[in-house]
Amino acid sequence: MLLIRCPWCGERPEPEFRHAGEAHIARPADPAAQSDTDWAAYLYLRGNPRGWHRERWRHAHGCGRFFNALRHTGTDRFAATYRPDEPRPDIPDT
Amino acid sequence: MTTRFGLLSLAREALRGHRGWAPQWRSPERPLPAYDVVIVGGGGHGLATAYTLAKEHAHVGRIAVLERGWIGGGNTGRNTTIIRSNYLFPESAALYDHAVRLWEGLSRELDYNVMFSPRGVMMLAHSVHDVQSFRRHVHANRLDGVDNEWLTPAQAKAFCPPLDIACARYPVLGAALQRRGGVARHDAVAWGYARAASALGVDIIQECEVTGIARDPQGGAVTGLETTKGTVRCPRIGVVAAGSTSLLMAMAGLRMPLESFPLQALVSEPVKPVFPCVVMSNTVHAYISQSDKGELVIGAGTDGYNSYSQAGSVQVLSHALEAVCELFPSFRRMRMLRSWGGIVDTTPDRSPIIGTTPVPGLFVNCGWGTGGFKATPGSGHVFAATIATGAPHPIAAPFALERFTTGRLIDEAAAAAVAH
Repeated sequence: MLLIRCPWCGERPEPEFRHAGEAHIARPADPAAQSDTDWAAYLYLRGNPRGWHRERWRHAHGCGRFFNALRHTGTDRFAATYRPDEPRPDIPDT
Repeated sequence: MTTRFGLLSLAREALRGHRGWAPQWRSPERPLPAYDVVIVGGGGHGLATAYTLAKEHAHVGRIAVLERGWIGGGNTGRNTTIIRSNYLFPESAALYDHAVRLWEGLSRELDYNVMFSPRGVMMLAHSVHDVQSFRRHVHANRLDGVDNEWLTPAQAKAFCPPLDIACARYPVLGAALQRRGGVARHDAVAWGYARAASALGVDIIQECEVTGIARDPQGGAVTGLETTKGTVRCPRIGVVAAGSTSLLMAMAGLRMPLESFPLQALVSEPVKPVFPCVVMSNTVHAYISQSDKGELVIGAGTDGYNSYSQAGSVQVLSHALEAVCELFPSFRRMRMLRSWGGIVDTTPDRSPIIGTTPVPGLFVNCGWGTGGFKATPGSGHVFAATIATGAPHPIAAPFALERFTTGRLIDEAAAAAVAH
């Protein structure tokens, strides 16, 4: 079970949270102007790396707010969690 | 030359103290410098693909299977071995039922006992919504020519006596039963395919990790692979790498509609035969059968976040066990022996991706998510035809990568039976 630091509530156990997929995917401003290929990429294509992954979480059974996290998908270690209005933290060296 | 199994060879070896058995497949230390087709991934699907290529499409030439670890050591050795074909849509029914029909003759086909046991797969309905959903599946399956029947609670109890149908927390309102469904021995599937493929000339190279995909600077077509055991030239590559597919396709510059999640399972201590079938409970998320060794094999869910850790969180296991203990009160005092995780590649519509890619010469068979084992023979069969001809096999055609652009998704979220 992961221990996750909500930027507002502090460290809480994983079952309080819902994972919400890859972070920093912006919805195109004008969907109707998108080609089918670009729209499919926005909807479905994901990085799915083995390594550092920027992702969204929601503190569903807590404050209810979304935040971002930088987690390693090989070890599940969190390098940082950050609010949507905060700058993206750097990827750690190790 | 591979020994043909039979009474004579068994008797001969028994008299010699079983010292004469040779390895059942060739495992060259290193790959040749060039092949005509390379399959990346030595799980059941990859080995089935290589076997079918060598058997039915021998004109393709030299074939190799490259496996990062050992064959059958990934999801082939980590799943709960359930086989069924009661999916909702005609495209899926065609694909999975193709596999079930091949399962029925597989031991004879491979001359290797894969211990296919069509003991029946029963899916429990706990709510009005479940009843409506499953009855819809039963009717859809009947139209597709796939067996699936509706059972009353009493009939469900008769089919699986350990089941508590009056369970206060998860009452059983009925069940959908596919009698042709069942289980098979997962290791034997990998070994049987490896043996049969090797006998047809396929090179199976283990502990050989692919580290790069080389492409022609002009047309972009694949020209070969970089591996931890050297460079391999080849004009056709089939990627069958389950949870690691995104990583391999990224080597060719492709992003995939996949996310990899840990899926967990566990087994109990071995006991005398108590459980005659496979029972799945989609709503409360537990599925259970008994292996020939006597262990209860229990499937749990996926973790909520993408990961390659092959571990998973403990609350996922306890959730499945709580449901099992409610539905089968006689198992409450059993001890669990071990649990494990496998990395499954899930697609947005819970259906696999089989076919060509935008990169010439690169083929992919992935996205089987939480339910790929059941499809092993069918998956290999249609993927081999796709690689050999360069065009999708008719059964595989609806599962092309392009469906995410055209919008023709095949949404099997309900039939996939694992809560995502």
